[in-house]
Amino acid sequence: MAIGREEKIPASKFTVVQYGVLAIFLVLGFGLWRLQVIGSSRYETLAEQNRIRTIPILAPRGKIKDREGRVIVDNYPSFSALLIREDARDLVVKLPKIAAGLNMPEEEIRSILRRMAGRTKSEPAVLKQDITPDEVAFIEANKTELPELETIMVHRRLYPKDGFAAHLIGYVGEVSETDLDRPQFELYNQGDIVGKSGLEYQYNDMLIGKDGARRVLVDTRGKEVGRLSKTPAVPGKELRLAMDLDIQIAAEEALEGHNGAIVAMDPRNGEILALVSRPVFDPNHFAVRISRDEWNKLLTDPAKPLMNKAIQAQLAPGSVFKIIMSVAGVQENITQNMVVNCGGGRDFYGRHFKCWVVAEHRTHGAVDLAKAIYQSCDTFFYTLGERLGIGRIAKYAQAFGLGQRSGIDLPEEAVGVVPSEEWKIRTQKQKWYAGETISVSIGQGAVTTTPIQLARAIGAIASEGRLVRPHTVIVDALPEEVRQRVENFKETSLVAIEHQGWETITDAMADVVNPIGTAPSAHLKDIDFAGKTGSAQVISNTLRSKLSGKEYRDNGWFAGVTPRRNPEIVVATLIEQGEHGYLAARITAQVIKAFVEKKRRNQVQTAQAMPSKKEVEVGAVWSESARGNDGLHGGRFNVAWSNGPRPAKQRSLVRTSPPVSGMGGN
Amino acid sequence: MRKFLSFRDFDWVLFGFVLAIAALGVLQIYSASANTKFAGVHVKQMYWLLAGLAAMFIMSVVDYHFLVEKSHWAYIVSILSLMAVFAVGVTALGAKRWIRLPGIGLFQPSEWVKLVLIIVVARYFASLNQRDVTWPDVLKGIALVAVPMFMVLKQPDLGTSLTYLPPLAVGLFLGGMKWKHAAVFLIAGALMAPIAWKFVLKPYQKERLVNFIHPENDPKGTGYQITQSLIAVGNGGIFGKGIAQGTQTQGMFLPVTHTDFIFSSFAEEHGFVGAMGVLLLYFIVLMRLVQNAQTAPDRVGAMIIMGVVAILVFHILVNVGMVLGMMPVTGIPLPLMSYGGSSVMFMFLALGMVMNIRMRRFVN
Repeated sequence: MAIGREEKIPASKFTVVQYGVLAIFLVLGFGLWRLQVIGSSRYETLAEQNRIRTIPILAPRGKIKDREGRVIVDNYPSFSALLIREDARDLVVKLPKIAAGLNMPEEEIRSILRRMAGRTKSEPAVLKQDITPDEVAFIEANKTELPELETIMVHRRLYPKDGFAAHLIGYVGEVSETDLDRPQFELYNQGDIVGKSGLEYQYNDMLIGKDGARRVLVDTRGKEVGRLSKTPAVPGKELRLAMDLDIQIAAEEALEGHNGAIVAMDPRNGEILALVSRPVFDPNHFAVRISRDEWNKLLTDPAKPLMNKAIQAQLAPGSVFKIIMSVAGVQENITQNMVVNCGGGRDFYGRHFKCWVVAEHRTHGAVDLAKAIYQSCDTFFYTLGERLGIGRIAKYAQAFGLGQRSGIDLPEEAVGVVPSEEWKIRTQKQKWYAGETISVSIGQGAVTTTPIQLARAIGAIASEGRLVRPHTVIVDALPEEVRQRVENFKETSLVAIEHQGWETITDAMADVVNPIGTAPSAHLKDIDFAGKTGSAQVISNTLRSKLSGKEYRDNGWFAGVTPRRNPEIVVATLIEQGEHGYLAARITAQVIKAFVEKKRRNQVQTAQAMPSKKEVEVGAVWSESARGNDGLHGGRFNVAWSNGPRPAKQRSLVRTSPPVSGMGGN
Repeated sequence: MRKFLSFRDFDWVLFGFVLAIAALGVLQIYSASANTKFAGVHVKQMYWLLAGLAAMFIMSVVDYHFLVEKSHWAYIVSILSLMAVFAVGVTALGAKRWIRLPGIGLFQPSEWVKLVLIIVVARYFASLNQRDVTWPDVLKGIALVAVPMFMVLKQPDLGTSLTYLPPLAVGLFLGGMKWKHAAVFLIAGALMAPIAWKFVLKPYQKERLVNFIHPENDPKGTGYQITQSLIAVGNGGIFGKGIAQGTQTQGMFLPVTHTDFIFSSFAEEHGFVGAMGVLLLYFIVLMRLVQNAQTAPDRVGAMIIMGVVAILVFHILVNVGMVLGMMPVTGIPLPLMSYGGSSVMFMFLALGMVMNIRMRRFVN
């Protein structure tokens, strides 16, 4: 090597390198400063979040009980199978085993995973909801082999079987996107289960409870390595219904085989004792996840199973309306000495209006108010309507709560229509024709009511004008904060009814179910049963002659009370395509009978302290198969539940409870 | 002329600082791996360090002029070993970087090629002897590095191939490259970048670069690594969480804690004070090396030391920069601290050469 002749590398170049190194280290030092001094609190928080995971503890919804504390709606622990997609390895190989263990087709798992493909990996896939104990055991037994499978426990709603009281109770479901945007849902999150209809919806905030949370330390794989704190879940509050399970059962059975509704109410305080609507749906099918097909079927069924007809069916009340007419006549001093000769009809305003009696080839002859009621004489009420005029008719109809919501604590109550001159101009921009008043006089024409409105009105008339506000809950059993909100449920208003006239009307109503009345077959021995039939035309008689078929048959109504004056119960029954009111009367009579018999039984019990013969179990679920076996309301109550297509026997979660004996008096 | 060698002239100060960094490395490897499946690797690291020390002492006694004279053979062997990787290499993690040597195990030729390149580049630019450097001189120097670099890039191993550039840059700078050359390189580099992006970089490499700019894009991949590293460093605060107390390190949120991200876990457990201390140790080592280069007996010796400085600075910049989110994820270890035999052996062989040159500073 040519040492010596070599030129040295200039010192300045080393200096440049040294400053270059210094610059690099200053930059790195600045980077450390930025993260560790300036950003340290932010990163500490992030580090905390990294390893602390909040796992929700789901709060069970409050139970729903009847007025005597019998459980109507309960919860049951249900397990769902999850696939932790982050941990999933060699799924293709494991798929057949997973599919076999969970009793589901491989293709279904694949399609679930395909649907999840776009989401973040940390979100687990729900493979199957509401799995059987065998399937839970399968997952637990294969923890090492299939670590990606997990179970989570949720509380699911357990409703009575076969849609018992389904329209009253309603059902729950996942909160919808549109609901989440509304202010009253601001506290809810995606995936939360909320009430969707009926009481589940109405009292959702009380039933829902508050989810708790477990804060745990986890490592990168999400494995729990320590526990920090636990906030227990606050279960939802129990809802005590005014509904009486025995009356509800009687009403359910009475309406079996018909489409329509029954609503039973205590006219003294407005408490709903029973509420039935038919056809029905099974809310248990909603509790897991209703299939699209089943949902579409429910939506498109012409019989409208999702509709709560007790509060949503708006139909012409027919002759039941004559009771309101009678009160109007009494109050306006028209009917006191009014006698109309019924020759099977009469001409008004140049048109002949028939009385229903001509169909039986007879006439009513001389008719006073009492006979007009128990014989439901159209001619009498046509004449009365002509004298009253539509203005006064509307005044009394509205005074008894028609044409307005009753205020019952159920969602989406219908309004009904009480026609008047102003109403017609407002809604149809047409003048009122005097002939229309004649139709309205017998509850036809434009007047429409809901069963709950009729129950309220007839109950008020039988109670000498005391109009109550219907409600489904026992107000005093509600928690304080809810009670304040519903304090107005106890409000009543008084519509004046002249005492003599009131007695005449209520006596005549009692004669309706006597041999001289329109519904003698509904007579109940030893029970002071009174009411009024109604058969409301769906279409005009001329049109009917051209068409035939069940859908054009009349709707049958009956509103009945017991006892006839100051009653303890009022029942309004609607039978769609029921032809005549007397069928509705017989159905109403069954409910009334159940009520009275229960009351008498309780009186005997209190007197003799005898245990109840009746077998009623806590958490009772109405069972169709066991109907009519002992004559006692024809019902026996199985404690077992069905859940969609799976037979009840397959579940090991069947629970039995001892029968409740010695039911307390009410 | 080489008779008065003495270990009195061995740079004990440099040695002391190097050992201090290596000891902190072992401590941190222990802390980061104790609760993982890698538990116990700190012991292996100590064995590697002992082997490295032995290699360093052996390296320091062989006259570096001998190494320089034989370096063309070493260069040929380097190219052959890289070809062997292509032929019989072992594929792991999607790259063919290793060959299996009987009795030794996996060997990564690209690591020791670094060492050869330092010498070859130093020899080449020293031989130019400060005459007016021409374009052919510059291009020949580049070609020397470009051949092995391209071979490593094809393995693919972008990180290691990039470490071949700093000795070249330092060689060009110290060897007398003109400003106009540098300007042309800058412009050419700027023009080549899009082509490199399109044809040279592998998809995963592009992904890493994209994730470096937008770490939130890929919270579970390399973006995740950057994010977790930043959290770990930031979580350390000023004084750190304490040894084996870093939640990011101990909770396994940090990736490859005991190798590429060792500085991150060190910064979490020892804080700003500790991390700055380590940077200061590295800075002292580097300054000491530059000083040794200045006192080197000849141009080639000075250039060899400066080549070592360049590689060391590059490793520190890229690794610490990555940990601090200032550089993309490249998989370059932190010299002297990260766990890994090849890395330890390279560092101590390079230091051995430095000692070798220093011990001969008074020879003439």
